Amino acid sequence: MAHFPKPVEGSWTEHFPELGTAPVNYEDSISPDYYELEKAAIFKQTWLNVGRIEQLPRVGSYFTKELDCVDTSIIIVRDRSTVRAFHNMCRHRGNKLVWQDYPGEEVKGTCRQFTCKYHGWRYGLDGELNFVQQESEFFDLDKADYPLVSVHCETWEGFIFVNFAAEPAETLLDFLGEVATGLSGYPFGEMTQTIGYRAIVGANWKLFNDAFSEFYHAPVLHQNQAVASESVKLQQFGFEALHYDLFGDSGHGVVSTWGGMSPPKDLEMVKPIERILRSGLFGPWEQPPGVDLSELPPGLNPARHRAWGADTFQVFPNYVILVWERGWYLTYHYWPLAYDKHLFEGRLYFAPPRNATDRMRQELAAVTFKEYALQDGNTLEATQRSLKSRAVTEFPLCDQEILPRNLHKTVADRIRAHQAENETVVSVAT
Amino acid sequence: MSSRMLPEEFADLERFAEQWSLATERQRYTARLASSMPELQELYDAAVPRMADALAYLDQFELDDLPEDARNLMRLFFSVVNASFPVEAWKQPRVPDSGAAYLDLVDEPVI
Repeated sequence: MAHFPKPVEGSWTEHFPELGTAPVNYEDSISPDYYELEKAAIFKQTWLNVGRIEQLPRVGSYFTKELDCVDTSIIIVRDRSTVRAFHNMCRHRGNKLVWQDYPGEEVKGTCRQFTCKYHGWRYGLDGELNFVQQESEFFDLDKADYPLVSVHCETWEGFIFVNFAAEPAETLLDFLGEVATGLSGYPFGEMTQTIGYRAIVGANWKLFNDAFSEFYHAPVLHQNQAVASESVKLQQFGFEALHYDLFGDSGHGVVSTWGGMSPPKDLEMVKPIERILRSGLFGPWEQPPGVDLSELPPGLNPARHRAWGADTFQVFPNYVILVWERGWYLTYHYWPLAYDKHLFEGRLYFAPPRNATDRMRQELAAVTFKEYALQDGNTLEATQRSLKSRAVTEFPLCDQEILPRNLHKTVADRIRAHQAENETVVSVAT
Repeated sequence: MSSRMLPEEFADLERFAEQWSLATERQRYTARLASSMPELQELYDAAVPRMADALAYLDQFELDDLPEDARNLMRLFFSVVNASFPVEAWKQPRVPDSGAAYLDLVDEPVI
């Protein structure tokens, strides 16, 4: 029996009839050809988050991103009040412009201009070519014709997105749609204390997205992270979300969950270290003083439930913003590296700690996050290995797995639409 | 004693300081995986009852201006937080079934 009300259709999934309720085929996670289609139809067409504005504190602050899913490296840089993005490539003979020691590794720093290591060509923060070594040796070279190749770059609430389409189909704000209207105004910019993790995971990028967008697994996979008596109760209860929503055909969606652990009703429910520090997976038990959380943006706690604990916003295709009721947030990136491998990046954002106690509480939340993610990460590699056998190809997803179902469907829809578009172009051309 | 690492109020924890007052999460996690359960239990049993005292002591200072011995104490207790998972949850140093999985901390506060 449901503990929390579901839509009148009887389930969250049937509330969105275009999803269907049939078993889902996971060939999309084990096929190298399918990954190539995803790159062309999705990653090279849509807005992709590459970070936060706090990573660029000053004019000239920059960082690079290695993006295998679009076959390029980019530089993101602050030029006065504008954030710009460029392909990380010198216009002279194609050398990678910004890197250190290892060409495949990301770097960050602050500079006045970008100088190529190879022949010393220099570019301004606006991407203009400002200096050519031995310029008179060249033939009819006009520096104005050789700026860095720019990448569409827009920000929303301090979140930096890029788009590799020649002309993006929509603005960032239109792309984000209800994610933006639902979360605008949240004090993201005040949560500047960050802790970042990364891992190469031997599994398709969608599998981690699936794992972190359903909590049906939590009472089982993570059972030993609760005290024994609580673990038994959690498994008997299972998991039910307070609310789900999908935002049209955008691929974005949200799962809203309860938060009984922060603080727990009964201190015996949690481990001793959590009792002592008053913190845990759901974050420090006290909201950060000085951050105004009295009025939340309309997208948070969509069920308006008093037991609300966290909302996980899935931003199609590969980004997640997870806002906790206690006043901090998490982001995840799932960057594909191959059909069976991806780079996972997780980052925690807290208000700056006032003292050692605040900091120690944040540390417990961070360590707890890592312990959970390690359990999830290794399970994904196990899933990938067995999916590859194709002994079973269709998998029943339950109502609590509506976001994974939506992700796989949206990916398939986008690929079909992209193929149809290209066929039209081909037939017009011939 | 000139080689003392921790504030003298925490002399009872001094024997753990060299091994556990570590600057980065990577060092702390590595030290945890390299330890036996009796070692982790010993650290936990000695330090957890002192957590409240340690935080009260550390809260006297600005977080970004901790004296060296206080910074060592802070780092020791970061290790205690890390070691609490094997002791309270896993009964082994490594997260069960985490096998080859890893999650590198690539960006953390200085303290």
